[in-house]
Amino acid sequence: MEPLTWTGSLGAILNPLFSISVVLLACSVVIQIVLSFFAPAMTLQSNPDGTLVKRGGALGLFEQTTKLFFFAALATVVLYILGGVIMPYGSAGIIGAMSKQFAPVWIALFLTFLASIMFKRRLGLYGKLFDSIIGMIGFGLVMFWVFTAVFAGLFDLIATHDPLTQISGLKNKLPGVALPEGSEEMNPHYLLGGDNLARDIFSRMVYGSTIVIAIAPMATVFAFMVGITLGLPAGFYGGRLDTLLSFLANLILAFPVILLFYLLVTPEIVETGIPSYMAAFLFVFPIVFFGVLLNSRFYTQPSKRNPMLILVLGGLSWLYLSMISQAGTKLNFLPPAVDLFDIAPGILVVFVSVVFVNSPTVFRIVRGLALDLRTRDYVAAAQTRGEGAWYIMLWEILPNARGPLIVDFCLRIGYTTILLGTLGFFGLGLPPESPDWGSTINEGRKLLLIFVHPPLPPAIALLSLVLGLNLLADGLREESLKD
Amino acid sequence: MGLFILRRLGVMILTALCLTFIVFWLTNLYPNLEKLAKTQGNFRMSDEAVTSYLTNRGYTQALPVKYGQWLGVLPGYEIEGSDGEVRRRCEDGKTFCGILQGDWGFSTVFKDDVSKIVGTRLGLTGKLMFWVMVVMVPGALIIGVLAGMREGSGTDRSLSTVSIVSTATPEYVSGVILIAAFATKAFIDWESIPFKGTATSAADNVTFENFFLPTITIALYGMGYIARMTRASMTEVMTAQYIRTARLKGVSFPKIVLRHALRNALIAPFTVIMLQFPWLLNGVVIVETLFNYKGFGWTLVQAAGNNDIELLLGVSIVSVFVVLVTQLISDIGYVFLNPRIRIS
Repeated sequence: MEPLTWTGSLGAILNPLFSISVVLLACSVVIQIVLSFFAPAMTLQSNPDGTLVKRGGALGLFEQTTKLFFFAALATVVLYILGGVIMPYGSAGIIGAMSKQFAPVWIALFLTFLASIMFKRRLGLYGKLFDSIIGMIGFGLVMFWVFTAVFAGLFDLIATHDPLTQISGLKNKLPGVALPEGSEEMNPHYLLGGDNLARDIFSRMVYGSTIVIAIAPMATVFAFMVGITLGLPAGFYGGRLDTLLSFLANLILAFPVILLFYLLVTPEIVETGIPSYMAAFLFVFPIVFFGVLLNSRFYTQPSKRNPMLILVLGGLSWLYLSMISQAGTKLNFLPPAVDLFDIAPGILVVFVSVVFVNSPTVFRIVRGLALDLRTRDYVAAAQTRGEGAWYIMLWEILPNARGPLIVDFCLRIGYTTILLGTLGFFGLGLPPESPDWGSTINEGRKLLLIFVHPPLPPAIALLSLVLGLNLLADGLREESLKD
Repeated sequence: MGLFILRRLGVMILTALCLTFIVFWLTNLYPNLEKLAKTQGNFRMSDEAVTSYLTNRGYTQALPVKYGQWLGVLPGYEIEGSDGEVRRRCEDGKTFCGILQGDWGFSTVFKDDVSKIVGTRLGLTGKLMFWVMVVMVPGALIIGVLAGMREGSGTDRSLSTVSIVSTATPEYVSGVILIAAFATKAFIDWESIPFKGTATSAADNVTFENFFLPTITIALYGMGYIARMTRASMTEVMTAQYIRTARLKGVSFPKIVLRHALRNALIAPFTVIMLQFPWLLNGVVIVETLFNYKGFGWTLVQAAGNNDIELLLGVSIVSVFVVLVTQLISDIGYVFLNPRIRIS
């Protein structure tokens, strides 16, 4: 097999088009920024027939061209992908072969966007997201990685090779290298080259997404549970409770994150069982949250509340117990027959420390929102009706604080992804052969000045996911402010 | 005002005590001590040998007692060991020797006084931070002001996107990409490679060649956040009444921005810049590891990785101190800068 070039025969037409549109886009943006300081602002003029016209002048002109070149660049990207999927394997180069591998993701993305745009008026805030270009790009990037993680993790689709298999002779080989003759792998190339242990970088990047997508949103959910359960009473009651909890939160926030990680995520500390005890403490909060949530609403109807509480609390407690009871740690009390699942060693420690680092910030945000919202009229109305304090917090204040919380949730998943990468970058927690992005960047950087290609794909993957989450949050904020 | 500062100082000292106690506790857990004994003595020590090694050196005293000695409020230990040798915590006959007396202990990794190591390393990191500030603060303010002066315009959208991209790029990603692009011939076929991928030589002699990449890597991550805050405060100021008055008088747009809006728009970013310090500390650790610049962050990694207890405690004291002092300065500075806030 011949080694692949980057774009194959497709590049002959598309490469010049792409570079021209990108250069023009950059020029137009720069000119626009310089002009915006001097040129008169754009104004709206109303015509006699009732329509509005934007009178732009030079500034408006460049705004139009920026948009034009942006869409031109976007269109070439789409052409690269389409060409790669349609043309036979190898003729569209590495990029074509990769987009062929990602074909299930493209289909899933296309269907999601089609359905969402068709029904966007009925989908509330989610539907409104599809009114802003920024929001759509962000959503697309995030869903790209979510679908990749799902297809790779559950169906073994996207990746071309096993993330741990080494093929001799492919150590540190450049992208597009062909496998040696006679190897029985499905795919005849290492699309993004081999790393310093001769493993396929492309497949490692794809499998890395499953780890990130599995941990980051879940850890953020737990951090939100902790932050909400503590932040609402702190903001609502104020006083001593607030002082104490805020002091504790500031204490954790004053720690440099990396120092905290180095202190918590070492084999010696894991031996003492501290992460297990922290897990036992932190994972109680979802149970408390849901218990109080249901009880405060339905305590007047015991016939409805009792079965509900038994079902929810029973299920959650079972999950809780099987989560904290891990074979090989200090907390291992459930018999294996009852233990639902064991989490891989290392992952629990990483999970706990990420939740621990994130929850004080969530606490501060929720506390601030509760402080603001407790003076509203609907709270006073609920108090007059004689509702309990927890009912007011969870069923009056929390739903009204959802806008900022949803935005922060997106941002925080991105931040958690960065934290996971940091842990991997310092080789903490996860086993060294793990394909997660932080660990692969860490391994690749050691030979960075000689071989550039191993750390770049995971770095760009991490960047695109975090960027997607940030853009999504920005789009959501913009759209939720419009009401 | 005086009472306010005093109260903040009290909380700050309490926080510092709590934090150092936590670090002290975590580094003095038995498995950590065992590892220390084995790295200092030899790796095949029996359990009894480890215990006697630790007992002889005062590591098995009660935790509060050890903490008190380290802090310098309790007299240092004087133990006659099982091998007959008498070991003292304090040298030359002093009773108290701890942080408060300026005695920071001895690093087991670098075989040197902790205070000396922390001092030199902090100096090196200070150099890095200075250049980061020189690049980051003006850059962020310019981007923020340009984006915020016409809310919703094309400039605003493109600059906001730039700042979102920069906040979404952690140092270990941007560092790797920048090194690949500017310190190797992988992407651009340089005549001569413009920058160096390591900053080790910058410890002695800072040049543009070896210091630009680490500086820009840290600055990029912080820049986006400050720029967004500046933009938010700028847009708020631009809708104020006195700006409208100035426009109606016929003042030119550049003059409105520079003379009328800028000064009020820069109050909020000041707080944000001060509060960025803890984050910069993170960035410093990552970048110093990536570029092998042997400063404060690099020392933290070495100390934590080798469980060098005294050095790690020294490093955490300094970093906690930096964080708390910048918080204090940002609070006080905000009150000074913003005449609308009065503290009674």
